[in-house]
Amino acid sequence: MVLVYINGCEQAANGKSVVDVIDEMNIDIRTIAVELNEEIVSKADYDKTTLKDGDVLEVVSFVGGG
Amino acid sequence: MVPTKEEFFSVLEFRHGRENQRKFNEATVAICGLGGLGSNIAICLARAGIGKLILIDFDVVDVSNLHRQQYKANQVGMYKTEALKENLLEINPYITIESHTVRMTEDNTVKLVSEADVVCEAFDKAECKAMVVNAVLTHFKDKIIVSGSGMAGFSSANDINTKKLSKRFYLCGDGVSDVNDGIGLIASRVMVCAAHEAHMVLRLLMGEQTP
Repeated sequence: MVLVYINGCEQAANGKSVVDVIDEMNIDIRTIAVELNEEIVSKADYDKTTLKDGDVLEVVSFVGGG
Repeated sequence: MVPTKEEFFSVLEFRHGRENQRKFNEATVAICGLGGLGSNIAICLARAGIGKLILIDFDVVDVSNLHRQQYKANQVGMYKTEALKENLLEINPYITIESHTVRMTEDNTVKLVSEADVVCEAFDKAECKAMVVNAVLTHFKDKIIVSGSGMAGFSSANDINTKKLSKRFYLCGDGVSDVNDGIGLIASRVMVCAAHEAHMVLRLLMGEQTP
């Protein structure tokens, strides 16, 4: 069982990549920034980055206004 | 009468402490977007005596900006870079301002902000916010970005805070109040978020990393 923390919530992520997580969240890839264990994940690497046990993933989905 | 440089900085040293003020004077901060967030951030930082601001925005002042952005009615039609520079120099005549009247893209972001110690993301559109945050964190190894997301509407100002997402990425706002939900942008709440961003910049320059 691969357990990871996604935006602070512990969940199973067997074999999931960053892009799988984003797809499940139903968010626009153009409006997000993703950090894995406090390091930015380049958009080009979303599909290549598979989550490992204990990973901490932060998916920031920006909203408009400024 | 405009105070001399010595008078101006002796007051800042008294308020902020000599060592902090030295750090502020030596700092360069880039502000990406000069709307409700960026124009207010710039004014906070100019008042604090930051040495140099890099101001980046392609747009002109519109009448619809005046309810929350730091421009004056007689500046409608001016480039925001030029109007804000004029206003900032009236507040702090000793600040150095570098202006870029361009649209920020993935291609030019790195060059525009390369000299900055800290970058403030202050755009209006979610995709522009994400673009500059991704570009800065991906292309630089040690540059810090302070960003804003979620400040629209009349919800409580107390919901707006600063979060440290990682050692180089700070996020201010409530994270959810989206202007595209038709809730409008209110000067006071946008200014709270801008003040969070500006305050975090000052804390970082002082060497504080907690939000």
